[in-house]
Amino acid sequence: MEIDPFIFRLSIFILSIFIGYYVVWSVTPSLHTPLMSVTNAISSVIIVGAIIAGLAGSSDSTFTTSNILGLLAITLAAVNIFGGFLVTQRMLQMYKKKDK
Amino acid sequence: MSANLSAIFYLISGVLFILALRGLSSPETSRQGNFFGILGMTIAITVTFLSVGSFSSGLIYVLIFLLIGGLIGAYIAYKIPMTAMPELVAGFHSLVGLSAVLVAISAFLNPEAFNLGSVGSIKLASLIEMSIGAAVGAITFSGSIIAFLKLQGIMSGSPITFRGQHLFNALLLTSILVLTYLLCSTQSSNFFWILLAVSFLIGFLLIIPIGGADMPVVISMLNSYSGWAAAGIGFTLENSALIITGALVGSSGAILSYIMCKGMNRSFFNVILGGFGASEQSASSGDKKHRPVKNGNAEDAAFLMKNASSVIIVPGYGMAVAQAQHALREMVDTLKKNDIKVTYAIHPVAGRMPGHMNVLLAEANVPYDEVFELEEINNDFANADVAFVIGANDVTNPAAKNDPQSPIYGMPVLDVEKCKSILFVKRSLSPGYAGIDNDLFYKENTLMLFADAKKMTEDITKNL
Repeated sequence: MEIDPFIFRLSIFILSIFIGYYVVWSVTPSLHTPLMSVTNAISSVIIVGAIIAGLAGSSDSTFTTSNILGLLAITLAAVNIFGGFLVTQRMLQMYKKKDK
Repeated sequence: MSANLSAIFYLISGVLFILALRGLSSPETSRQGNFFGILGMTIAITVTFLSVGSFSSGLIYVLIFLLIGGLIGAYIAYKIPMTAMPELVAGFHSLVGLSAVLVAISAFLNPEAFNLGSVGSIKLASLIEMSIGAAVGAITFSGSIIAFLKLQGIMSGSPITFRGQHLFNALLLTSILVLTYLLCSTQSSNFFWILLAVSFLIGFLLIIPIGGADMPVVISMLNSYSGWAAAGIGFTLENSALIITGALVGSSGAILSYIMCKGMNRSFFNVILGGFGASEQSASSGDKKHRPVKNGNAEDAAFLMKNASSVIIVPGYGMAVAQAQHALREMVDTLKKNDIKVTYAIHPVAGRMPGHMNVLLAEANVPYDEVFELEEINNDFANADVAFVIGANDVTNPAAKNDPQSPIYGMPVLDVEKCKSILFVKRSLSPGYAGIDNDLFYKENTLMLFADAKKMTEDITKNL
């Protein structure tokens, strides 16, 4: 009997939770704010779905509701991606060691 | 691009996201980590464009909206003051939630585009995943909006409770399951819309009873939810980058919530059920006694610190509100010139989000190796001459250690009372967010400095 592909996706999901668990525990507490902003940015990879929705079956002039919602989602996710990564960058630039 | 090839690229970007989080294990590797994150995102977006393939005029619009969003995001990222990070993060969470909802709706309306079947006969598994993604996304959205409003001060930070709240919320949560079942068995879009509406309502109701001081838990929790929403959509789209990221973000937020709860010695459910602060206030106001406090000015404080050999600074939310971090750093610089050893002690729940104080101090150019967490520094208070508490209160309250009646009993606190002398910069004697009086104010060796944190710090520097 063939294994449903869903099971493979579920495996990725469960294993990623474990990876996340160990990786996040190793994050130093002083970087917890950048951790939140960068997780924010990467969870906006949901833009992938938004792009598919935005481009789906679009002919030259007509937009379906689905397309419009996709475009809206692209905008929101893009705010998050650029905003999230850049603000993280800005914060991380500020963390400096004692200069001796 | 073939589906298999793009799946491999999505996997690569998932791995890059793991490396991005891994980089945050130390400030030295963190910038490289952020670069990995950006790279992963670029790959994911590029691959999506290539796999859709049909470069119709729709592409132009997609790029335009991507650019608009990007510009807005970049503008916000450069303009936002560091003290407003909690609000910013809450606001960003709401956007992730809303995009998850929008993607779920467009997949529901146009399932063919996502290979999920056709309208009216969407694959059962996809429908369930979609409902989960949409429901969690909607809860994240409205919950984050409330958190944002509370943090901005547009909405009062005090908990809003009403009779039967928990029962009502439980009923709504159950109705989500029923609606999902009905949606799957009938494929009727009406149930989908009701499901969304109920989820928005739950997000709203879930956050209103939670008080301002519990915001670190709320933000972390919403962070976690935004991850689970992304994962739900990832299952729908059969996209491994989304599934991996969703799981990472979900567990990250969950761990942060756990750390924050532990920092307050409260269970997660205790925080979520809310109402903390609202009930305590009446309890503490009853037995209010007038006890003498020693009132000092900047000159006294400067004198004390000048004659100290080591000073520990305890910053709290009040420092953020007064934007006093730069003034503080200048004061510390002057102290250091006089060969006084200065370190910073940070409580896990200081501020309104995890790591809030660390970012503010970093912004003021405080080297991160002078900043210590509670466990690292707590033994040093006994050997320090002066503790300079600026805008913190509950996290220093000895009642957490010796008063079993206190609502914060058992919470880990900084052992400030072990210092030879304590300086408290505060605007007034009012109790903190937990509504609990602090015995430290009335101690023999405590000097209260009633003033705006920034102004007081500047005055002290002048007097040094």
